[in-house]
Amino acid sequence: MLKQIEGSRAVAEAVALCRPEVICAYPITPQTHIVENLGEMVKAGDIKGCEFVNVESEFAALSVAIGASATGARAYTATASQGLLFMAEAVYNASGLGLPIVMTIGNRAIGAPINIWNDQQDSMSMRDAGWIQLYAETNQEAVDLHIQAVPLAEELSVPVMVCVDGFILTHAYERVDIPTQAQVDAYVPPYEPRQILDPAEPVTIGAMVGPEAFTEVRYLAHYRQMQALGLIPELADAFAEQFGRHSGGLVRGYRQDDADTLVVALGSVNGTVKDVIDQLRERDVAIGSVSVISFRPFPAKRLRAMLEHASRVIVVEKSLAVGIGGIVSTDVRMALAGTGIPVHTVIAGLGGRAITQDALRDYLLRAHRDAVERVTFLDLRHDVIHREIERLETQRRSGPVAENILRELGSVADRIG
Amino acid sequence: MRSSHVKFYQTGTFTVGNRLLNDSDRSVQSTMERTNSLNSGHRACQGCGEALGARYAIDAAMRATDNQLIAANATGCLEVFSTPYPETSWQIPWIHSLFGNAAAVATGIAVALRVKGRTGTRVVAQGGDGGTTDIGFGCLSGMFERNDDVLYICYDNEAYMNTGVQRSSATPPAARTATTQVVGPQPGNVFGQGKNVPRIAMAHEIPYVATATVADVRDLEAKVTKAMSIHGARYIHVLVPCPLGWGAAPHDTVKLARLATESGLFPVFEAEHGEVTDRSTIRRQVAVEEYLKPQRRFAHLFKPTLQSEVIARLQAQADRNIRRYNLLSGETHR
Ligand SMILES: Cc1ncc(C[n+]2csc(CCOP(=O)(O)OP(=O)(O)O)c2C)c(N)n1
Ligand code: SF4
Ligand SMILES: [Mg+2]
Repeated sequence: MLKQIEGSRAVAEAVALCRPEVICAYPITPQTHIVENLGEMVKAGDIKGCEFVNVESEFAALSVAIGASATGARAYTATASQGLLFMAEAVYNASGLGLPIVMTIGNRAIGAPINIWNDQQDSMSMRDAGWIQLYAETNQEAVDLHIQAVPLAEELSVPVMVCVDGFILTHAYERVDIPTQAQVDAYVPPYEPRQILDPAEPVTIGAMVGPEAFTEVRYLAHYRQMQALGLIPELADAFAEQFGRHSGGLVRGYRQDDADTLVVALGSVNGTVKDVIDQLRERDVAIGSVSVISFRPFPAKRLRAMLEHASRVIVVEKSLAVGIGGIVSTDVRMALAGTGIPVHTVIAGLGGRAITQDALRDYLLRAHRDAVERVTFLDLRHDVIHREIERLETQRRSGPVAENILRELGSVADRIG
Repeated sequence: MRSSHVKFYQTGTFTVGNRLLNDSDRSVQSTMERTNSLNSGHRACQGCGEALGARYAIDAAMRATDNQLIAANATGCLEVFSTPYPETSWQIPWIHSLFGNAAAVATGIAVALRVKGRTGTRVVAQGGDGGTTDIGFGCLSGMFERNDDVLYICYDNEAYMNTGVQRSSATPPAARTATTQVVGPQPGNVFGQGKNVPRIAMAHEIPYVATATVADVRDLEAKVTKAMSIHGARYIHVLVPCPLGWGAAPHDTVKLARLATESGLFPVFEAEHGEVTDRSTIRRQVAVEEYLKPQRRFAHLFKPTLQSEVIARLQAQADRNIRRYNLLSGETHR
């Protein structure tokens, strides 16, 4: 059914349609509306056979999900930013134990400086934690990826993070097609756990493993993600058949076939990227893009096949590997190893800074002429950083950087005008 | 507060034969049906109080639940010595997730059992003092506050034993650990204000809180049995001497647990909904020196010079417990 609803509400309705049995969560912006909606649905009895547990921390939220999943219940939680870091130990644990929990990340920056706005540093920090990571481009895709995540997780016994850009998607009101319960029931089979805590057949889960077997256990985690490279497109095809629209998959190209310059990006920024590509195409710039939906497992082969005809690749990144530059870029370079295709990184949208079409278009035009550095910070205010660097060099007690910069910029209100 | 009215001391010893008791009063361990939930072959040190406590507690919980039990375990000695891959001593469904989340994992299990309609199956969470009173404290308090249907058992050996005997918030004052060394003007652990987790549990007004020791395993069994007859959050804090960490002889584990109680240093009591309802009284209070002396972690209190002032402060703590829980006044009231 078509609805004009908030992204968070749409995600909550999608999760509810998947018949979760245990939902546990701790509030953090911009995830809150998702779990508030789910909590209300459970309390009102709209999700049958489901309990909602209000816990005291994100660490507990995922730990409750771990216990519930190991007991054979379909478990769901959601978080963002500091919350994801607070549960980090349990994030690795859930995947290490092979528990198919689905978790929404309402992508948000990580402090300090504390910042509630969107970027993807949070989920990027957990890219090697053994979870499958899917990035939604639109709220429709956020809905669809959640529905695909449940059978994906349960078939492989691997947890899945569905990453949804905070505010840009979670708080946006858009038209979304919410499927019917019958459609979702036909697509999401009941949970058949591979391991279960049951007195009838007692098992030990979480034993201490030494050097004699640790590598093998880790290899199998990798193996299951390699299987996901096959299962993700299969589930996307089955989804298209069942629901009548294409959503998900590993990667998605846009006007890429004859492109000299190809842009790679994750999540909602692909919308802006496509608009800019359309503008540049009108000016006869041969440019296209590839949206990476599955970042873990990383579809290196598929990506290479799509990128290897380009003269250059630009990776738009909403996160920063301090001390090296791009996070996604490193993986893209690996996918392109031996081709000699230059890969440039543009760090954009950190802490919620708007990625404007103007800024992106200017950058891509320069990139198309190979007039960009390896790493570029889009819309970086050079005057501000130069003054702060000077302060650092001339004063020993230069004070806290973030506060210095804020003082210099003055109040936000002063600049609206 | 034993399940039987037989006065054990009438036999002149602390070990009474099961043959003196009615069938229904006999210990779980004396029955052919005992489940050996924590089976032999594990890697605990000789004389490990934690292994002893866990064996009695979990077998009693198994009997109380008709063997329909799931356990969640925190990281620590009990977890490590019982599950060296690919072997396991556990004969019951058992999960270890992390050091600080056993209470929350147990909540997840309890909630899943409820939504699955498997209401006959019950949940126990267990951990050491570090996993309970320090790193797992947040999850524990959350589980209490929500009154989740979990029995949490803390095996308190008064330090982080698994990592080589470091101080925890349950380490007693003056005790030597690897991080409270016997050097400087105040050797051993400092005299802090303490962190009394059974009383903190009581402050959550949960249905049942009890303390116990491995000196009175019948009492421990009875408390676990009682706890399993109640729904909601329950907490049992068991003192389990650790020969390795305490620097004591393996054959003194039970004796030290008894001296801890009889000196007043470790009060044994029960509480319901925040009120103390019963306590194990002491026939004759022993001086704290008797408890301290056999343990190398307190050796610096006696040699090279007797630290009378420090011992007096520990004695004062014991005396306070005796007053607070009324431990010397004859019969237990039941
Ligand atoms: C987050 C985390 N920090 C530290 C450790 C290391 N560690 C493992 S067991 C342990 C001590 C356990 O002490 P306690 O809970 O008292 O149990 P015991 O071994 O004494 O029975 C520590 C510090 C860990 N596994 N995880
Ligand atoms: S170190 Fe202590 S607690 Fe650990 S196994 Fe040995 S005796 Fe038991
Ligand atoms: Mg300990």
